[in-house]
Amino acid sequence: MNSQMTVPKEKKTFKQWFGSRKVQKWVIITTFMFLPLFLLILFTYIPFGKMIQFSFYKMKYIGPRTFVGWKNYIDVFKRSECFKSLFVSLYYMGGAIVQLALALFFATLMVFKVKGSGFYKGAMFFPYLICGIAVGFIFKFFYARGYVLDSILQLFGVAAEDCPMWLQDLKINNISLAATSVWRYTGQNMILFLGAMMSVDTDLYEAAYMDGANKWNQFKSIILPSIKSIVVLNLILSISGSLSAFEPPYVITNGTMGTGTYFVIMNRLAHENQKVGLACAMAIVLLLIIVVCTVAQKLFFKYAFDDGTDDESKAAVRKRKKAEKAARKAAKGGMA
Amino acid sequence: MNGAKSHSPAAILFGIFKYVMLTAAAIIALLPVLVCIFTAFKTTDEYNATSVLDMPNSFGYLENFSIAFTKANMLRGFINTALVLVVVLIASILMGSMLAYVLSRFKFKGNAVIQNLFMFAALIPGIATQVTVYQIMYALGLVNTLHGYMFVLMGTDIISIYIFLQFFENLPVSLDESAIVDGCTYFGVFFKILFPLLKPAIVTSLVLKGVGVYNEYYMANLYLQSKEIKTISLALYTFTGPYGNQYNYICAGVLITIIPILILFLIFQKQVYSGMAAGAVKG
Repeated sequence: MNSQMTVPKEKKTFKQWFGSRKVQKWVIITTFMFLPLFLLILFTYIPFGKMIQFSFYKMKYIGPRTFVGWKNYIDVFKRSECFKSLFVSLYYMGGAIVQLALALFFATLMVFKVKGSGFYKGAMFFPYLICGIAVGFIFKFFYARGYVLDSILQLFGVAAEDCPMWLQDLKINNISLAATSVWRYTGQNMILFLGAMMSVDTDLYEAAYMDGANKWNQFKSIILPSIKSIVVLNLILSISGSLSAFEPPYVITNGTMGTGTYFVIMNRLAHENQKVGLACAMAIVLLLIIVVCTVAQKLFFKYAFDDGTDDESKAAVRKRKKAEKAARKAAKGGMA
Repeated sequence: MNGAKSHSPAAILFGIFKYVMLTAAAIIALLPVLVCIFTAFKTTDEYNATSVLDMPNSFGYLENFSIAFTKANMLRGFINTALVLVVVLIASILMGSMLAYVLSRFKFKGNAVIQNLFMFAALIPGIATQVTVYQIMYALGLVNTLHGYMFVLMGTDIISIYIFLQFFENLPVSLDESAIVDGCTYFGVFFKILFPLLKPAIVTSLVLKGVGVYNEYYMANLYLQSKEIKTISLALYTFTGPYGNQYNYICAGVLITIIPILILFLIFQKQVYSGMAAGAVKG
């Protein structure tokens, strides 16, 4: 507060000085911003800077470090465990797409009048509230040999020995794990979509109904436009989300038998093997992928949704113009 | 919706289809938890002898719950989680709303830079930076302390800041101006005029942040090692080792962690849904 020095010069009392708007403004800016900014720098940017630095070293948490240049980055793509884990993420990406489709489907059903919608909504949303560790245990139990899933399949006449090893069979264990994410998040996605759909004037649905529009038309012309931006947003978020998948494999299989996702491998390298430099390089590579996805998302939104009028995306405008052009051409042709 | 049209065959078919699908979804969503409930009420003998899909002999057998509760030190876990929740939620709401107020209402050099710093931070995945955050925590002597864990949770909180920033954009500046004309200080404007209006944004960030903190495991595992400071997720995780396949105990433990959040959810259902939806449109 060296501006206090100016007080005697201006011949104001401290109270007057303190009461002036300009000083007040700076007092409130500094006091309100200090703590959040301090924490942001301490827990995000200093670690981020260090991460970049460490990614060029071969080092453990304690002890000497040697500069290795780009070697860690090359290793991320060369070491089979790191590179393979990127492919494991594809299962979670597939899961995320299934999840979005299901959420969209059920949200659409819910938009129409449903008796007991509170129950259905609650039942489907509920898994989201269960903590990752609990979800892990629930599905360890669910998939265990001879337990829940196998018993259910036996009810439907599948012989016990025909049930696959859900968590051990390399062909399906990643699908089993990704399915737990679908189970956990579908209801939450549905609530998001439903919220967006409901933000449309509900009279529209009634009116469409009165006009005899069938369900598919209602979906196409009323529901879909109201939620396309949130759907695309979630689609793109699912890319970074699936790259960051961590809890299902960590709790259920501990990343064994080819189920290690990127984060599970990174976590193991960092905290068990103490390959800090390599883990940092992995983190930076992941961040770059996420940044690329985000930029793509921004561009996509700019291209697809902006620039048009409020109700029409740019693509729609283009389509309309094309149609108009075709119509004009047809008219011309008719005249000639 | 009870017009003549709802009796057309297509409408009836759609109605049946709708309820069949929704019921199937509800069953799939609840079944894994339902089986857990059955299992948690079974004695060990019963558990070994019956199919997992069988109902327990009685829902009065509570031994598993008391064993799970004491063995995993869940009371301590609940107390710690409650402490963390209260501190982190209050801090996030105060810090988020104050920061958003300053950033949305005052023009000053660096405002845009600071906003971008926060937005970029949202892109950095939390688990990724923990490799180096751990060193900082260690240097500050915050590893293995509950308040250190609270600090990290507050420091990595971008969601509420984002929610409040969006909300302030929709609050008319004329509110501030008229209060200032009346001689209100900026502090007064914030606390007396604007803060009470932030209620919807506060609910949204309480829901999103609250669920996140209650379920947080990774950082808790990294920073909380002593028995006395373990949170409920960590307490639950202790079942991995010694109980192996004794799922009647594990299921009881799982249910104990679910019950409080289920009760809260049933009470605040409406706020939870609207909070989620509001957070999404803006996220």
